[in-house]
Amino acid sequence: MTDAIRVKEEQPGVLSRILRSDLFYSFRRSPITVISAAVTLVLILAALFAPWIAPHDPFDPASLDIMNSLLPPQWTADGQAGFLLGTDDQGRDVLSTILYGMRISLAVGFASVVLAMALGVTLGLIAGYVGGITDTIIMRVADVQLTFPAILTALLIDGVARALAGPQAYEEIVVFVLVLSIGLSFWVQYARTVRGSVLVEANKEYVLAARLIGLRSSTIMFRHVLPNVVGPVLVIATINLALAIITEATLSFLGVGVPPTQPSLGTLIRIGNDYLFSGEWWVTIFPGITLAILALAVNLLGDWLRDALNPKLR
Amino acid sequence: MLAFAIRRLIQAVGVMLVVALISFLLFRFVGDPVNQLVGVDTTPEQRAQLRQDLGLNDPVYVQFGRFVGKAARFDFGISYQIKRPVADLIASRLPATLELSLVSAVFALLVGLPMGVYTGLYPQTLLSRLFLALSLTGISLPTFLIGILLIFIFSVNLGWLPSFGRGDVVTIGGFWTTGLLTRSGLSSLILPAITLGLFQMTLIMRLVRGEMLEVLRTDYIKFARARGLSSRAINFGHALKNTLVPVITITGLQIGSIIAFSIITETVFQWPGMGLLFLQAVQNVDIPIMAAYLLLIAFLFTVINFIVDLLYVAVDPRIRIGGAGA
Repeated sequence: MTDAIRVKEEQPGVLSRILRSDLFYSFRRSPITVISAAVTLVLILAALFAPWIAPHDPFDPASLDIMNSLLPPQWTADGQAGFLLGTDDQGRDVLSTILYGMRISLAVGFASVVLAMALGVTLGLIAGYVGGITDTIIMRVADVQLTFPAILTALLIDGVARALAGPQAYEEIVVFVLVLSIGLSFWVQYARTVRGSVLVEANKEYVLAARLIGLRSSTIMFRHVLPNVVGPVLVIATINLALAIITEATLSFLGVGVPPTQPSLGTLIRIGNDYLFSGEWWVTIFPGITLAILALAVNLLGDWLRDALNPKLR
Repeated sequence: MLAFAIRRLIQAVGVMLVVALISFLLFRFVGDPVNQLVGVDTTPEQRAQLRQDLGLNDPVYVQFGRFVGKAARFDFGISYQIKRPVADLIASRLPATLELSLVSAVFALLVGLPMGVYTGLYPQTLLSRLFLALSLTGISLPTFLIGILLIFIFSVNLGWLPSFGRGDVVTIGGFWTTGLLTRSGLSSLILPAITLGLFQMTLIMRLVRGEMLEVLRTDYIKFARARGLSSRAINFGHALKNTLVPVITITGLQIGSIIAFSIITETVFQWPGMGLLFLQAVQNVDIPIMAAYLLLIAFLFTVINFIVDLLYVAVDPRIRIGGAGA
């Protein structure tokens, strides 16, 4: 059978091939995973389409009315129609701020995971493939960083950026600083995993063959070795997405993340926390629940993916 | 054993020097120390004089040497924001953080260990599944959210426990303040300690469960059953004993994490500890405090790692033969 014919045969069956795969089977067999995937998808879509589905635009000062500030949820006695989950101190609709806030949380989460992955995978590949002193230096740095919790590293990078940029400029670049500080705190796990897999792969015959025909090291690393170590990287990335979202929320809650003018979920919880004692619980509890559901759903997905891709557990 | 200890010690000193270098670079090159110390009306001559007096014109390696020398004597300079020696500030906050961290570690161990043993022995019961589901929620819920929820339930709604501060403290020996001896101090400690310890508790529980499941499958347990020993003797005398090595290690290593994570808990509960001091320093770009905190945490981590490494070798003879290894 020639290649051309085989491609033709499989082309229409991509969907059915996915549906018949082992991975999809294990996915379908786990109701919790299906539910978490659905929840994750709904939340991501809701964040993506926030401008269209949010009942109000919380960042349009013209639409805000200070008379509407701190209204309780709609179903309570003092609730007002149109504000399903109540309003915050500036009269912003809580449901709308959550939808918009989730955009920032997810964007920072995804971006920092991509950064950590790119950095970690590249360094891991180089460390494993080149070896020698390069390997030693990279892995030593990783070891030192691993002794500190990620949140501390992120706080420190944030503090340095704050000092270097000055208060005004800092406000403008804060999202990038967050991505950078979270991304730089999480690269170690990727580097270690990839390095370990590369050390195994590098001795296999296909790498030797690729070397024999004179391919450049970078080509072998990224085109031949990388695809074979991608499974564990995906698992780490999924679990790290939940961690990154939580870290961003934590930094914002601590007051070193995104400012109240463009709030993420963490900032919303921080704002609402001030009103907890005066009885306005909805300002902080609803963003909190959203964050918890998002993190839990992504975590469950990551757990499933880890078990599904690990042949030892089957 | 001695060679191993010395090798580990050299590594630890190396790590500390690297961290000291980072903290020095932070201190020296992020922001200008002179500008932070003087007012606007200082003349350029006075600035130059101060620069000379502070030794900022010396070669960088001389300055680094001086920095390390001073740090070894707990001299971290003067806070830009609060205008007091950093060492005094940290010393006044240290007891609060250490007390909170220790109580949470004890809580995590006392609750996590039995839960882990139970779920390991009876993995299929409803209660075990409930514990596991709870532990997953515990991992997914951010620390600060747990704190807020606890405050909402136990302080705002039920009014049982205070939501911020340390309550009344007693001074012991002139420098150590403790809240463990007063009623309000103890009740103030409960919520922060649970918040901080919850994550470690789930971690210990999952670890003990995993180890128990592993150990219960081994041949010597089967043999013990064949000998007709009581379940109690097998479960606790044989199985649990062998799961304790990794548990001790991880718990030891987690003490460092607890101290670092107390930043979050201290913020939620306005607990007057080191973490809150560090966070305010980050917000105000108070570099001397940041540098000192970084060094202190690194020191604690290194010391804990060192002790755990030695304990590990002392407890597990296999590592002694294997050499440095892990």
